[in-house]
Amino acid sequence: MTELKLPSIDYAAISPILIMLGTALLGVLVEALVPRRWRHVVQLTLALLAVLAALTMVVLSADERIITAGQALAIDGPTLFLQGAILVLAAMALLLIGDRSVERGGAFVAQAAVTAESADDRRQAEGRNGLTEVYPLTTFAIGGMLIFVAANDLLTMFIALEVFSLPLYLLCALARRRRLLSQEAAMKYFLLGAYASAFFLFGVALIYGFTAGIPGRPSGVDFATIHAAVGESPASPVLLFAGMALLAIGLLFKAAAAPFHVWTPDVYQGAPTPVTGFMAACTKVAAFGALLRVFQVAFADANWDFTPVLGAVAVLTMLVGAVLAVTQTDIKRLLAYSSIANAGYLLVGVLAPSRDGLAGTMFYLVAYGFSVLAAFAVVTLVRDDDGEATHLSRWAGLGRRSPFFAALFTFILLAFAGIPLTSGFTSKFAIFGPALEGGQAWLVIAGVLTSMILAFPYLRVVVMMWLSEPGESTPTVTVPGGLTSAALMIGVLATLVLGVAPAPLLDLAAGAAEFVR
Amino acid sequence: MEETVEYAQATGLLGGVWLLVAIPLVSAAILLLLGRRADRWGHWLGVAAIGAAFVLGLSFFFQLRGLENKSVELSLWDFIAVGDLRVDFGLLFDPLAAVFVLLITGVGFLIHLYAVEYMSHDAGRRRFFAYFNLFVAAMLLLVLGNNYVMLYFGWEGVGLASYLLISFWTDRPSAATAGKKAFLMNRVGDAGLAIGIFIMFATVGTTQYDEVFNGVGALTGTTVLVLGLLLLLGAAGKSGQFPLQAWLPDAMEGPTPVSALIHAATMVTAGVYLIARSNPIFSANSTLQLVVVSVGALTLLIGCIIGAAKDDIKRVLAWSTVSQIGYMFLGVGLGGAAYALAIVHLLAHGFFKANMFLGAGSVMHGMKDQVDIRRFGGLSKYMKITWLTFMMGWLAIIGMFPFSGFFSKEPIIVAAFEREDWTAWLFGGAALLGAGLTAFYMTRLFVLTFHGPQRWTEDIEHPHESPKLMTIPLILLAVGSVGAGFLLATSVPDWLTETAGLGGEHAEHAAVLSHTVITILSLLVTVLGAGLAWFLFRAGTATVPQPAGVLVTAARRNLYTDTVNEAVFEKPGIFLTRALVYLDNRGIDGLVNGLAAAVGGGSGRLRRMQTGFVRSYATSILAGALLVMAAFLAVQAGWLA
Repeated sequence: MTELKLPSIDYAAISPILIMLGTALLGVLVEALVPRRWRHVVQLTLALLAVLAALTMVVLSADERIITAGQALAIDGPTLFLQGAILVLAAMALLLIGDRSVERGGAFVAQAAVTAESADDRRQAEGRNGLTEVYPLTTFAIGGMLIFVAANDLLTMFIALEVFSLPLYLLCALARRRRLLSQEAAMKYFLLGAYASAFFLFGVALIYGFTAGIPGRPSGVDFATIHAAVGESPASPVLLFAGMALLAIGLLFKAAAAPFHVWTPDVYQGAPTPVTGFMAACTKVAAFGALLRVFQVAFADANWDFTPVLGAVAVLTMLVGAVLAVTQTDIKRLLAYSSIANAGYLLVGVLAPSRDGLAGTMFYLVAYGFSVLAAFAVVTLVRDDDGEATHLSRWAGLGRRSPFFAALFTFILLAFAGIPLTSGFTSKFAIFGPALEGGQAWLVIAGVLTSMILAFPYLRVVVMMWLSEPGESTPTVTVPGGLTSAALMIGVLATLVLGVAPAPLLDLAAGAAEFVR
Repeated sequence: MEETVEYAQATGLLGGVWLLVAIPLVSAAILLLLGRRADRWGHWLGVAAIGAAFVLGLSFFFQLRGLENKSVELSLWDFIAVGDLRVDFGLLFDPLAAVFVLLITGVGFLIHLYAVEYMSHDAGRRRFFAYFNLFVAAMLLLVLGNNYVMLYFGWEGVGLASYLLISFWTDRPSAATAGKKAFLMNRVGDAGLAIGIFIMFATVGTTQYDEVFNGVGALTGTTVLVLGLLLLLGAAGKSGQFPLQAWLPDAMEGPTPVSALIHAATMVTAGVYLIARSNPIFSANSTLQLVVVSVGALTLLIGCIIGAAKDDIKRVLAWSTVSQIGYMFLGVGLGGAAYALAIVHLLAHGFFKANMFLGAGSVMHGMKDQVDIRRFGGLSKYMKITWLTFMMGWLAIIGMFPFSGFFSKEPIIVAAFEREDWTAWLFGGAALLGAGLTAFYMTRLFVLTFHGPQRWTEDIEHPHESPKLMTIPLILLAVGSVGAGFLLATSVPDWLTETAGLGGEHAEHAAVLSHTVITILSLLVTVLGAGLAWFLFRAGTATVPQPAGVLVTAARRNLYTDTVNEAVFEKPGIFLTRALVYLDNRGIDGLVNGLAAAVGGGSGRLRRMQTGFVRSYATSILAGALLVMAAFLAVQAGWLA
């Protein structure tokens, strides 16, 4: 019986995580203790302050390169960069979540227990204030994501996965309008998420079995142990490869890569739009942060083995996302498929095993997050009496009705299409360049070709907005209050700045692009 | 061949080269952002911006003449720098760029002026000028960039503006379809260019023109061949060359000034610019040059044959553009001194083709937007200025002495005969045959429109000449069509040889025929073709399609190239989409190209969205999981790696 030793913990380095989780707990208390009319302001302020504080701590510990809490958390360049990215994007998402000027009472349901489509439900939709539990849920999710990108062993990673997924399932169900759609989305997301978690967990077990099967070595699921075990000539490679495949499936599900993408369009469409934005930006960062760490740290030496498979997944993902985006008629589903295609491009970055590749992938995550949040911010604005008008036919002629917002959305779409002088071009460039240097020409060719296809649905929306006559049913754009405007402008400006002068952020990413092992 | 390419730093006045791009761009932004408030004066802002750019371009040109090293570059800022990838946001002003700048802004200015009147009845005139200036800015960026990434910026920009302008009249479904076709075919070319640029990165490590050109010598023959073919694919897409030629004639659905500026004078010549600019790459591999020459020769014949069978005035002109650009590709593909000849032809073509397009617009303006040449006839009496100016363009394009086409086209024909083996006969013969065919179909167009009996539709009583604002640009362009050829042919080649990296030595072969013989032959086929057409069509033509032989039927159907495209690209594309949609199994209402606008929204749709079953999702995830597992294990067993 060995003596139980407490691991040393560097509290300063993990303070962003502690701040977010602490604030979430505090938020639960606020729900219980603060009078109803103040809750919204208090909760929103609290959440934003927490994000700011956590971001400050991330910036302050920018040079930290340690593994702490036993082997559980790695606070290194990629962790800090991605944590910073998650926090900045989460702040934007919080602005969207907190907005109550676009829809009276906010985008969330006032009483979740009311039966959908009933008379009570119509009454709650008419402007009673939304639930404020969304803030603690969001902060929990952010905290989980911060752990997810820092996790240095598979069990911590699994816990973090659940910590950020469970609040998201709930958040998806809380739309104020079209509640059946929203609840259905949440149910699907939950069931399929649990299913994917099972794959992940089974993968962890197999990997543990694999490390335990190597005599004379410690067994475990922390990345250093796995890395060392992979480096040995493995005694039971079947366990390794099966485990690696199952882990990949769990992570690719969260990253929305084909063929594990099926939930994405339904969930993106059904969830309240601010939550969709949050998922599209932050979940993507978290999922790819974990993918990068698992495949570039733990399984780095099996590079030659996983590249063909993940490459095929990447090509399939790009193809599915791009081709199906063409046929979409709902703007949220269109953005969902575009997000799937972008997962494919990001996988190309994951498979470029160089510093440049890692830097490019991280840059891409940030750039895409800004654009996609701005896109969903615009989606919240285009609405009529029944809520958001997401069917594409409703967007026809929007450029005549509201040229300013149509122009902003056009810019975002051009960025998605990878038109130069937007971040969409620079980020694709930053990924494809290193991938080509890493010998992955086939992935780059597939990427270029699919992005050519993908430009078509985007430009179709542009043409519809500007060149079609406004129809009877073209809604007007709600002029947003300060919160949504701030999020929208930040997103658009970031898309422009990262497209015209990407060098500072690229330098930052390049400086951070090294894992500690 | 092994001379190094070196660019000097831009100083003094030339430090302001960026203004050339900035001025049209800012004016476009103002027009778009101000919205309706700018409706009354917006078009004049558009014209003034291009005028200012032309004046600036002219002063930069004179400045450049006085310099020792006539290639100056201006680095604005470090654009992308990740690891080894460095891309500069920089401009290059050299003799090649300078002539393009003058063409784009000069001809562009005249077409802008014309468009003020031509679009005066259109509610969207301000928007039109905004897109138009956006196009000019992008085109200038394309020719002024100092690396391939900058060129790609401009390339995408002009593609975007052209797409918007072709579909400008969205109330016409054919315009929307044409816009889509142009967009898709251009994407094929763009993909080639993009992959080419990435290959450049991977092999040379840079995209700066000077470094790429100096590094080409170190590459293997295969790399150069692949790189060149990809660039050629890009060039063919943009310039409407075989096999990507089909979009250009359809693009005529846009307003006529757009056809004149974008699809005749400037954008479609971007491919020629790309090849001329990349001369050191193309010169490094003779197979590559042979491919370019073949594409040029084939396209110039395709254009002529189809052009002879079409009855839409703008489409005939469009096919003639395809064919004339074929001559330019022939020229740049021949290499050496012929590069400069191709550029001369490009400039001269910019004048006379813009002239004829604007003339066609003027005819349509007077004939209630009729485009069918079988419905014209006898217009010379009613539209004197349009008739005379169009005549100058016609004489120029068929290469009649002493009009400009003679001085620009005939040297290319001579150069085609100067190859060392039997291909001299092949390509020279094609060029000569093309000259005869060009004379035939252009004369047919001219005679049917302006001479012979009147075959107008009943609603036209008295066609009128266009207003001054339209005829003055016509007259100026007609002057260019007469005089430009001689002036250009005597000055531009010398000027262009001072472009760093352009020109180079040319192993001169004696032509298989003497120069005089070729000149006489080409004049002879021209006169023959024109005379034959005049004889056949002097008495007009039937106003409905007549039964015709195999060749004419094929030509009317674009030599079946559309059918081939459909079978090769469209059908598999639709099949792939259907298959994926089937797998995706829900949420789709409307197939490929089903414009959402046409399908009404409705509540039924919401219900239909509820048909996705979690169980089928779970099954597909399981299937995917099994596949991924199997693939991993297969890799491990060594089957896949």
